[in-house]
Parts: sequence; C-alpha cells; structure tokens
Amino acid sequence: MSDNKNIDQHTGTETTDHEWDGVKELNTPMPKWWIGIFYISILWAVGYAVAMPAIPLLNGYTKGLFGWSDRVKVAEAIDEMHAERAVNAQALIGAGITQIENNPELLRFATEQGKALFGDNCETCHGKRGLGVVGYPNLNDDIWIWGGSFDEIKYSINYGIRAAHDDTRLSTMMAYGRDEILEPKQIDDLVQYVLQLSGQTSDGAASMRGATLFAENCTSCHAVDGTGSRENGAPNLTDAEWLYAGDAKTVRASIFDGRNGVMPNWNERLREEQIAALTFYVHSDLGGGE
Amino acid sequence: MNSLHDFMEKRAFALMVGILLTVMVGGIVQIAPLYYIDSTIEEVDGMRPYSPLELAGQDIYVREGCYTCHSQMIRPLRDEIERYGHYSLAAESMYDRPFLWGSKRTGPDLARVGGKYTDDWHVMHMSEPRKAVPDSVMPPYAFLATTKLNYANFGAHLKAQKALRVPYTDEMVRLAASDIETQVNPDADDVDAFLARYPKAQVRNFDGQADITEMDAIIAYMQILGTLVDFDEYEANIKDNSR
Repeated sequence: MSDNKNIDQHTGTETTDHEWDGVKELNTPMPKWWIGIFYISILWAVGYAVAMPAIPLLNGYTKGLFGWSDRVKVAEAIDEMHAERAVNAQALIGAGITQIENNPELLRFATEQGKALFGDNCETCHGKRGLGVVGYPNLNDDIWIWGGSFDEIKYSINYGIRAAHDDTRLSTMMAYGRDEILEPKQIDDLVQYVLQLSGQTSDGAASMRGATLFAENCTSCHAVDGTGSRENGAPNLTDAEWLYAGDAKTVRASIFDGRNGVMPNWNERLREEQIAALTFYVHSDLGGGE
Repeated sequence: MNSLHDFMEKRAFALMVGILLTVMVGGIVQIAPLYYIDSTIEEVDGMRPYSPLELAGQDIYVREGCYTCHSQMIRPLRDEIERYGHYSLAAESMYDRPFLWGSKRTGPDLARVGGKYTDDWHVMHMSEPRKAVPDSVMPPYAFLATTKLNYANFGAHLKAQKALRVPYTDEMVRLAASDIETQVNPDADDVDAFLARYPKAQVRNFDGQADITEMDAIIAYMQILGTLVDFDEYEANIKDNSR
C-alpha cells in the first residue's frame, strides 16, 4: 500500500485507496500527542506490573517492588485510627458521667462518637434522634423500661433485651389469649381495668372484674398499683405513655399475644469505648437519662 | 507489517481468529491462575452451604432485585470497616450461586446485617420501610408476608446447586422441604439433626405468623448474612492471609 501512494489533491493527504462512486477516504495519521500518550501508557503498564502485585506464576504471583497489600494497608489505617483515639478511648472505657462532663476533650470525643454510632446502629429502630417508633422506645423522654441511669443504659446496650446472649435482660409478657391462660371475656375485662389505670374512660363493672384478674395475673411484674417494675422490664401502665399504644384494641392485642420486643446485644459488634460513647450520647445528649 | 495489517483487515475470518486468540490469552492469564494459586483459594472455618430456608430467602433476594440497591461486599477501607464490620472475605461468598456482591449502594451494605436488627424490625421494615426509616426510598415488600413459600419440591433446587458444586449431601437434598419446616419451628423433633447439618442456623418463627411465608425465608437469609465466620479466630495478618 505504501508503494503506490495516492495523494488527495485538495488536502495533500494520503488516501486509503478505497473509493466509492469517485469519493476517496483520507488516511489522516494519528496526532503525535495521541501516539505519544499511547506509548507512555504501555510503558506505565510495564512499570506498574513490576511495582505492584501483578503476574500469576505457577506457585503464587509476583508481589511487586512495593509489596502492596490491601489488607496490610487497611490494618495499618485502622491501627493508626486506634492510636489517634487511644487516649480518649481508654479514658472513656471506665469513665462515669461526671468524668466525661468535666473533661472538655473527652466530652467532645464521646459526643461525636456517640452521635455517629447512634446514626449507624440505633436510628434504624429507635428513629431519628431516638424519638421512638411504635414498639421501639423513645430515648428522649424520662421513661425507662429497664432503667435510665448511665450504668443501666450501658448494660442494655451491651447485652440487649431478650437477645442471644447469656447476660441479656430477660422477661416475658405472656400471651394470655393465644396460650389460653385467660378467657377472651376475661381479657376484655382486663383491658377495661388497664384503661382505667391509665386514666382513660372505661366500663366500670368490667373494670371491677378486671381488677381482680389484674391482681391475680399481672401484679408480679407490673406491681400492685400498675406502675411497673424495672427488674422485670414491666412498663408503667398508669401513665399516658405507651410503647405500643394505649387504645383498647392495642392493649387487648398486647394481652392476647404478649409483647416481647427484642434489642440485640451490641457487645459483640461494637468495641467497649464505642458502647461507652453511645451510652453517654443516649444518656446525656438525647436527654432523659437519670 | 503493513501487509499483515492489510491481510487481516480485508479478511473477516482471519480477523475473527485473530481477535479470538488475543482475547483468549487475556482470559487465560486472568482466569486460569485462580484455580491453582493457593492464595486465591482461601478457606475459612465456619462456612457452610445455606440452609434450604436461607437459600429460599436468597432466591427472593435475587428475584426482587435487592442486589440492585444493596451490596454485600465490605471493602478493605477504614471507614467502611468502622461502619459495617470486618471486610468481606472471598470465602464468605463461596457458596453463593450467583454471588451477590452488587455494585451499587442506594441502601446500605448487607454483608454483615445478620443479627444487627430483630426479626420484628425486619417484618416492619420490609412491609413499610418508611415506618422504620422515614427518609428511606426502599419500596415496600408487604406481600412477602402474605405469600406462602412454595417449597414442596425444594430438594430439586438443592440438587441444582449441587450440580454447581455446592456441597449439599444426598441427605440434605432429601430433607430439604422438611428442613424448611424445621427451621421455623423450634419445637420440631429434628432441630438438633438440622443444626448438625447447618451449624449456626437460627431456628425460630421469623415473621411471627403460623404459615411459612416468603417473609420467613428472606428474614432467615438476612439474619445469617456475615455471621458464619468467627472473626475472633480469623488471623487477617498472617502471611498467607495478607493480600
């Protein structure tokens, strides 16, 4: 092809010799800069293959001059992160509320860590800023089913509630209807009594009958006056705050099928200082801690 | 050189053969070593094939296209590990047919979601995602809770997986359907035998309903993700494992 060059008259450029109805195709050469970059890329690839892990061999592969390893790199990055946080993390592990609040650096650390961890792990159930969702308690108010002190909150986060851990907080709200512990009619009476306890309008006669049933079945956990007990994680039934809702239908469903909400134990997923930071965030930033 | 160019360019068949040879070299260099180099075949304690119910859940995960918005691949990057947990190992998807690493995260990564949330939460979230997470853009999958799981012939499914070299035993294939019933019933007689077949499987009624629904299956699958390997015993830093 190079021997019989056809030069286009108008542009002075070589043509490819292809011709369609008298129209010829120009064979314009690649721009020099483009060809330059092309050859540099080839050189770069060779250099890269020498420097980085690249070529498979019969036994293993070339490790490259830099000995790069993603896993080693990330382990270093994580060690570096732990080193940066070491002082604060160590201080946080044993610290109580006052120690954190009196140390501005630790306070900042606990708050920022707690906030980020809460967003990643807790908001999915407890809602934005822990405002609660039906079945998942609001963490901003003063009501604590299992206790709202720093240590109690920490225990709940560590071991969970009805979780898969030996030290988890355990209690059972039985399914009085489904398991036929009480007759449907008796449950209706009990519902009326619970409505009365929480200051809602109720059927007086049914409520009277319900009071007896309450004394027989419910007081061991919810206390004689229905104010609940934290050892059993039994909610106070006399206030206007409800985990599931306080209307007759929902209360009936709670008694009929029982309620046994679960919170996972976080001690296997989070580190000790992370749990301390979360505890502080829930206790002091969201407010309501005791 | 020019004459070879000329020759190839003007003969479709020669060009095809040339392309094939070129692509083949690339393919062989990239793929063949994966089968014989020890360091690419990492074995980890704890991995086992999915239990039939978990496998049914994975099918639903594929059918509903969950992988288009959720990845199952925690990369070895600091911030990712801080949020999701230990980076994913290749071995953790060794029994995935197909693997579900995904390439897009509209929703969060799910590689270690097992045990992070409760069954009740999953039921609520699948049925009505915005009830759980107000900003969520996930579509609702409430119908999973009302759709009975079709598992009468599930053994055939395990057989197909076996053909793809997932090590299901003949016993597992034979008991596939009854194993599905066992996994949602902690009072079943053969729970112990089931757990011997599928260690670490979680046995309970996942969606709280009497029927075995697709919701049971998808939650069983969610709850097993990332929980099989015990990372307290995995030595990331020994030489064989560093790459």
